[in-house]
Order: sequence, then C-alpha cells, then structure tokens
Amino acid sequence: MEWLSNIFKPKQKSSSVAKDRLKLVLMHDRANCSTELLEMMKNDILQVIAKYMDVDEASDLDINISTETNDNNEPVPVLYANIPIKNMRKRKP
Amino acid sequence: MSEVYVITSGKGGVGKTTTSANLGAGLALQGKKVVLVDADIGLRNLDVVMGLENRIVFDIIDVIEGNCRLKQALIKDKRYPTLHLLPAAQTKDKDAVTPEQMRKLCDQLREDFDYILLDCPAGIEQGFKNAVAGADKAIVVTTPEVSPVRDADRIIGLLEAAEVRSPLLVLNRIKPKMVERGEMMSLEEVTEILAIDVLGVVPDDETIVISTNRGEPAVADPNSFAGQAFRDIVRRMLGETVPLMDLEANTGFFSKFKKLFSKA
Repeated sequence: MEWLSNIFKPKQKSSSVAKDRLKLVLMHDRANCSTELLEMMKNDILQVIAKYMDVDEASDLDINISTETNDNNEPVPVLYANIPIKNMRKRKP
Repeated sequence: MSEVYVITSGKGGVGKTTTSANLGAGLALQGKKVVLVDADIGLRNLDVVMGLENRIVFDIIDVIEGNCRLKQALIKDKRYPTLHLLPAAQTKDKDAVTPEQMRKLCDQLREDFDYILLDCPAGIEQGFKNAVAGADKAIVVTTPEVSPVRDADRIIGLLEAAEVRSPLLVLNRIKPKMVERGEMMSLEEVTEILAIDVLGVVPDDETIVISTNRGEPAVADPNSFAGQAFRDIVRRMLGETVPLMDLEANTGFFSKFKKLFSKA
C-alpha cells in the first residue's frame, strides 16, 4: 500500500530538498570546525556536574554534536554527552 | 582611506573572476581609483576576462621579487582611466608568495588607490591564505547550488578565523524562473543557511559569456541584465542604499499574469 501513499504525497520541491540537505551537512561541517569550542564546553560542563556528584574523570568522556529528527521529521542538532559517574552523592570534603 | 577587498568562494567556477572584473570596472566608472590584483598565481585569468592579456610585461611575482617596480607591473586600462590590473604570474605556483609579502604589497597599493580588489584562487590552501592576508573586507561569491553553498560556508568560517570580519554575499547566476518553480534555492533560502549580509544578486545571463568572449566587462553594457546587477552592487559598495533587483522583471508576461491570479 506504500505505493499508493507515494502517488498522492506531493513531491517536495528540489530547492527545499537542497536546503534541508545543506542544513544537515553544514551542521556536521560546523561542528567539526569547532573542536576547540567543544573542548572548552566539555570542561565547563564537567565542572558544573562535579559540584553535585562524583564524576569519573579518568574514563573517557564523550561529548559531541549529532543530529536527530524531531516530531515533524526535520533534522535537529543535539548535544550528546556521556559522562560516567562514580558516585551519585558528592562526598563532603 | 582605501579599502582592500578579497573576492573569494572556495569552489571554483562560480564567478569570482567575473565578479572582480565587473566590480573593478564598475568602481572605475564611478571615478574611483581601482587596482585589480590577480592572486591566482599559476592560473592567471583576470587579464583575459578584462581583455588586457596582450599588455602584460611584468607580474605580481616580479614585483614581490624586486625584478621591477610596482608601477612598471601595473597595466593601465585605456577604457577606464582610473583602473589598473596587477596580473598573476603564469609560471610560478601559489607557494611563490607569503602572506607577509602580500600584506606588504597591499599596503603599498593603498598609497595610490581607493579600492584594491584581490581575485582569490579557488580552494582553501596557500593561495587563499595569501589573498586573505592583505584584505580588510571580503566578498563571498556563490551560486544557488549545494556544493558552492557548502564551500562558501567553509570559507566564511575561515575568513572569521583570519579576522576578516562580516563578509558580504554575492549570489551569482540565479535563474528566476527556476526559483519560481521551486527548483532552485532563492536568495532567502541561501541567506538563511549562510547567515551573512547580502551585497547583491546577479542573474544568470548570456551577456556575461558574450562580454567575457570580447574581454569587455558587462558592467559597462547598459543593455546587460547582469551588468545592471553589478552596477547596483558597485553603488552599494559606495554606500548607497539600492534595493535588490527585481529579477522577475525579466520573466515572461504569462508568469506575471499567473501571479496576479494566484495572489487573489
């Protein structure tokens, strides 16, 4: 039945296809350009989290920008952070 | 106070040299003292686009290496008394110049000219770095297609890194009928992506091919549609507020007729 919906679905104009594809590819390009910025952000995020819980700084922290699709099926950038935590409650010094 | 512009694009073949030639001639027609510098060393082209290829004696490398004085290498364009060309060398490559030498050359040119336009080579390597080193301002040329726009975005990032602030966009070779059909990105769509200020839009126009064949910039041709676009850009560079060209003026009677009814 998919062919039926394909027939009736209006075809997207090529100019907006181009725009959507460019937005997505530039999101990646720009993210690659700013590794320095990402590194600075990573340090700041770590500092904030470390105030409240024990972060495992020895293990590899993974922070990057990737894309996901939102409810309207449009690509949106997301900041992905994977920060391993040693202990949920920060020990009093 | 003179201004040094670099005309750049990242991608080749989008109209950097044509834009340089037309803006140079256009500014000269407004009485400004202009020098066009062909920074595309090894792939010299601005001379043929300008129709000055038979008058080259010395080139930019001769000046930098001290084989001649700057004045000896400058070609005076007889059609535009205030326009000069500093041609690129054809036998050397991009590494023959350093950014420092380029900066020095531009400072020397500032003494005699109001506008110094650097025609940048394609790519992001040494040639680009050299051309950008001497510039205060940048004009980014692109066409409304995916690869030139992507490259323009990269160039805008690199200009920022080189501290050439707020580059201006020239959207070249736009086909109004295709935009109307939704089969080509419009100026609005391109600026939404690139997020820089617009200096002008130039329609795709056969007169550019014809004028380049003859070595006479279209900006001087009162009947050229693209020439009109370049004249508007020149006036904007001089600080005038000129509305963007109505590109639909050139589309047929029927499309206007159709539009009239679609609005109702």
